[in-house]
Parts: sequence; structure tokens; C-alpha cells
Amino acid sequence: MLSRRDILLLCAAVTASALPFGAALREARAAPRDAKARLAELTGGAEQQQGGVDITLPEATDQARHVPMRIAVDSPMTEDDYVKVIHVVAERNPTPAIASFHLSPANGRAEISTRIRLLQTQVVVAAAEMSDGSVRIGKARCKIIGGAGACG
Amino acid sequence: MRNRLHVKVPATVARGEVVRVMTKLNHPMESGWRKRLDGQVVAKALMGEFVCLFNGREVFRADLDSGTASDPYLSFYVRVEESGVFRFVWSGEGDTRFEREARIEVDG
Repeated sequence: MLSRRDILLLCAAVTASALPFGAALREARAAPRDAKARLAELTGGAEQQQGGVDITLPEATDQARHVPMRIAVDSPMTEDDYVKVIHVVAERNPTPAIASFHLSPANGRAEISTRIRLLQTQVVVAAAEMSDGSVRIGKARCKIIGGAGACG
Repeated sequence: MRNRLHVKVPATVARGEVVRVMTKLNHPMESGWRKRLDGQVVAKALMGEFVCLFNGREVFRADLDSGTASDPYLSFYVRVEESGVFRFVWSGEGDTRFEREARIEVDG
């Protein structure tokens, strides 16, 4: 029968052997906190409010290398009220940065679309910096099914 | 060389109309995430800067990083008050640069 000491030793051994794998995983994937840190860096740490940013991703896709994304911000896009920039980050890609889109009243409409890479099922965060300095946040989740993810 | 930069702009619009503008560049946009079979990481090589100018004035700019798909595609909107020329400039990865122009006429 296993004694208490054996069990403790076993637990320690398992933990120790798992550590290098944990470290390797951390190296390979960004965590949501990295995405958060990146966004804070991009927006200069301004306070973030939810709402007003509509980000559309497919609910599920097997084309992880080319995931269509549309972002629309609720703004009149006039001289005194417009979207200055939209930052986009991914929570679980190897590096969180996706893109920043710089807009001005000349756009007339705060909407962009593009295609992104998503290594695995995850949440994509868009932060819109408004002309009055406020920052609005929108999120969307996309499930990656099958395939090897966007390993390329 | 094969045409790598595509743009789509309507030929004519009404004054003050907000038009959808689209562009696509054929480029691998190497993310720097990929490894070869021997374990070597494929170096990051992006065309990371896109600028759209209308009659010489910047109307849209995008900074693209690793999370952008290969053959990057962008669509955005511009309010057109006068006839003129859209200029699309993709740059990055050393001095590589792709440029293209498209004319738009305001009728009425």
C-alpha cells in the first residue's frame, strides 16, 4: 500500500516533470493577460468601456488562416465625434497583436473588414479610441474546428 | 511581374456619398510563428503598413502585425466630396513597396 510519504513524493515528481511542459506552453502561446497588456500599451492605459464596438467573426471555421473579421463602431464620424483608431488583439495567438486601423472624419463610416489568423479557438478584442479620448471595447469568440490552426 | 496589388473603387459617385473601398495584396505575410521541419523559425516578413490617400490627403491607414492573414485584404469607407485619385500604398519588409492608383468621378 502507498504510504503518505510515497504519495507526496509521487505528487512532487509529477509536478516537477510537468513544469518544463508548462514553460514551453507559456512560451508558445500568449495568454489573455498578454492581450490585455498589449491593449493597455496601445491605448495608453485609458479607461475602457464596454459597448459600441461590434466585431463580427464566424461562429466556427476550419479556415483558421483566413478568418473574415468585420468591425463596426457606433459613431457619427463628424468633425467633433469620430473614431481615431481601432486596435485589434487576439487572446491566444503566439503574439497578441493583429492590427491597428487609423480612421478620420473623412471616412464617413467607422467600419472595416479584413482577414485574420487564429491559432486556436479564442476571443478577439477590438478597442476603439474615440476623438474625445474614451476607449470602447468589443469582443467576439471564434471556434476553430479541425485542421492544424493557423500554424503558418 | 504579376499584378500583386488589387484595388476596387466605384467609377462614379454622387457628391458626399460614402463609398466602400477594397484592396488586396498578394503576399505571404510571414508571421514569425511558423517553424520549418528542422525547427528553425521562419523569419517574420510582413507588408505591415498600408496607407490610402485621396488627392494626396491620408484618409485611411492600417498597421498590420502577425495576426493578419496572408494575402491581406482590407475594406473601408471614404466620403467623396470631389473627383480625384485614390492612391493605395502597401509597404514594409525592407524597402518593398506596392502602389496603385484609382480614379473616381463625382457626377452632379
